[in-house]
Amino acid sequence: MSEALNELGTIIATKRPDCVLGWDVAYDELNIDVAPANIKGFVEFLKTDPNCKFSTLVDLSGVDYPERAKRFDVVYHFLSMYQNQRIRLRVSVREDEMVPSIVDIHPSANWFERETFDMYGILFSGHPDLRRLLTDYGFRGHPLRKDFPTTGYTEVRYDEELKRVVYEPVSLVQEYRQFDFMSPWEGAQYVLPGDEKQEEAAK
Amino acid sequence: MDGSKGFDDALTGEQKIRNFNINFGPQHPAAHGVLRMVLELDGEIVERADPHIGLLHRGTEKLMESRTYLQNLPYLDRLDYVAPMNQEHAWCLAIEKLTGVEVPRRGSLIRVLFSEIGRVLNHLLNVTTQAMDVGALTPPLWGFEEREKLMIFYERACGARLHANYFRPGGVHQDLPEALLDDIIEWAEHFPNVLDDIDGLLTENRIFKQRNCDIGVISEEEILDWGYSGVMVRGSGLAWDLRRAQPYECYDEFDFQIPVGKNGDCYDRYLVRMEEMRQSTSIILQAIEKLRAPEGQGDVLARGKLTPPKRSEMKTSMEGLIHHFKLYTEGFKVPEGEVYAAVEAPKGEFGVYMVADGSNKPYRAKLRAPGFLHLQSMDHVAKGHQLADVAAIIGTMDIVFGEIDR
Repeated sequence: MSEALNELGTIIATKRPDCVLGWDVAYDELNIDVAPANIKGFVEFLKTDPNCKFSTLVDLSGVDYPERAKRFDVVYHFLSMYQNQRIRLRVSVREDEMVPSIVDIHPSANWFERETFDMYGILFSGHPDLRRLLTDYGFRGHPLRKDFPTTGYTEVRYDEELKRVVYEPVSLVQEYRQFDFMSPWEGAQYVLPGDEKQEEAAK
Repeated sequence: MDGSKGFDDALTGEQKIRNFNINFGPQHPAAHGVLRMVLELDGEIVERADPHIGLLHRGTEKLMESRTYLQNLPYLDRLDYVAPMNQEHAWCLAIEKLTGVEVPRRGSLIRVLFSEIGRVLNHLLNVTTQAMDVGALTPPLWGFEEREKLMIFYERACGARLHANYFRPGGVHQDLPEALLDDIIEWAEHFPNVLDDIDGLLTENRIFKQRNCDIGVISEEEILDWGYSGVMVRGSGLAWDLRRAQPYECYDEFDFQIPVGKNGDCYDRYLVRMEEMRQSTSIILQAIEKLRAPEGQGDVLARGKLTPPKRSEMKTSMEGLIHHFKLYTEGFKVPEGEVYAAVEAPKGEFGVYMVADGSNKPYRAKLRAPGFLHLQSMDHVAKGHQLADVAAIIGTMDIVFGEIDR
C-alpha cells in the first residue's frame, strides 16, 4: 500500500515540481504540501492526469495553528475511484491571505469552502457565493478558531413580553467547566499546590 | 387587436409576471428534519433551490477539541442518529490507525454485525419514509415495527436504544450475551419476509413508480462533480463500495454482492436499498456463524492503554485500579499525526479527519458527512423538476440533519 503511495508521490513531485513544496507518506496516507497560489492548477492536474484521476473531492476543511505565522492550514482530501487511491493536500495560509477557490473544478467544493469560511474566516477568491453556512443568520466571529470560546459570546432565549427571540451576552450561572486531567508530572500548566513554598524557601 | 403586438400596454407594474419564492421548511414533514429551503418556482417548476442549513448545528467539532477521545465517542452517535454505530466505527478506526492497535477478531466481528444492523435500520427508515413522502402510509408502519426489534438488539448489546456508545477504540465495550445471538438469527430468518411484504407494497405500485421513475437522474459525471458516495453512486451503475474497494475491519472475508442500479433515478436507488438490506441480512447471519466458530471466541477488546482492564483485574490489582482511574479521567494519549478514516456508512462515505497533537484530546476533528455533499447538489438536481418531486429527491438523497449540521 505505502509502496504504491511512494511511487505516486514521486510521480506527482516530478511532474509538477513547481507546485509540490514537499510530500510524505504517513499512516498509509499520501500528504502533499502545496503553495496557495498553485492550488487551482494542481487540483486540475490531479483530476485529469491519468496516473492520478483524483476526480472526487472527499473533504475540505481548515485547521487553526494560532502560534504559527501562517496560521491556517486548508486541507483537501481527494479520492480516485478509478485508481482506488486517496490523497491529502495541505495549503498553509496567513490570516490575511486568500486561497483560490476550486469550485470551477469541483462544484462540490462550494459548501465546503463556505463552511471553512464560516468556521475559520478563511477567504476563498473566486467563490461564487461565499456566505456563512452553518452558523446563525447575522452571526459574528469564526467559531472553530482556537481563540473563540466554546461558550460563544451571545445566547438566545424567547422573550415572553417582546414575543420574540432575543439575543443576549452569555451569562453563565457557573463557570464553563474545563477540567485538566493531565498528569501533574507531565502536562500541568499550573503551579502545583505546595510548589510555591519551594520558591519561598529558596529566597 | 389580434394580440400580435403583445399586450404590454395593458400591463401595469403590478401585473408583471415574476417567479414565485417559497420557503420549504424549516418545519415540513418531508424535509426529514430542520431544512429550510428557499425555492424559486416558475409555476410548479423549480428554477432554483437554496438550502439553508445549520438549524441543528451544535458545534460538535468545537466541543470535541476540549474533550478526551473517549468522551467524544458519544457525539458520533448524535450525528446520523438513524444508524449511530456506523459513525462510532469511523471514529474508532481513526484512533486505531494513529495508535496502531489491532482489534481482536471477536470485537471485529461484533462491529461488522452491528454495522450491518445499522445499515438495515437506516435503509428501513429511508425506504419507508420516502414512500410516505410520495403518499403511502403503510410502509413506514411496517418498517418501524422491524426497526423497533433492531433497536431492542441495540439495547441488549449496550444498554441504549439509540445513542449506543458501544464501539470503543480497540474493540467493543462488552461481549454479547449468547441469547441475543439466537434472537438476531431468528429475526434475520424472518426479516426477508417483511422485505417481501414492503416489496409487494411498493415495487410495482403505480403511484410509487410514477413519483420516482426518471426523477433525480444522476450520471457518472455528476457523481464525480458533486462528490457523491454510497447509494447515490451505486444507483447509477458504479459498483463503488468502500467495504469492497478499501476493505476495513474484516469485511474482506464476508460474502456479499453489491447491487447497482441502471438508470440512476430515485426508483433505482430504492431498489438498491432494498437489495442492500437483503445483503446485510446475509452478512449478519455470516457474522454470527463466525462468532460461534472457535476462532471467533476470545476477548472483545484489545487490552492495553486504550482500553479498561477487566473487572476482575481491577478488583484485585492496584495497577489495574490506577489504570482504570487514569483511563476514565485523563484518558489515553494518541501519538502526533493526522489521519483520515472512512467507513461505508449506510448513507455513503462517512469519514473522520483527525489531527492529533500527542495529548489526550484531538487537536482538530473534522467529520465528513455524506449527506452534506448530497444536499449541496440540491439546486443542481432539483432544477427543472416539479415542486412535488423535491420531496422525492430529498428522500432519495437520504438526508438526516444530525450529520449535515453536526
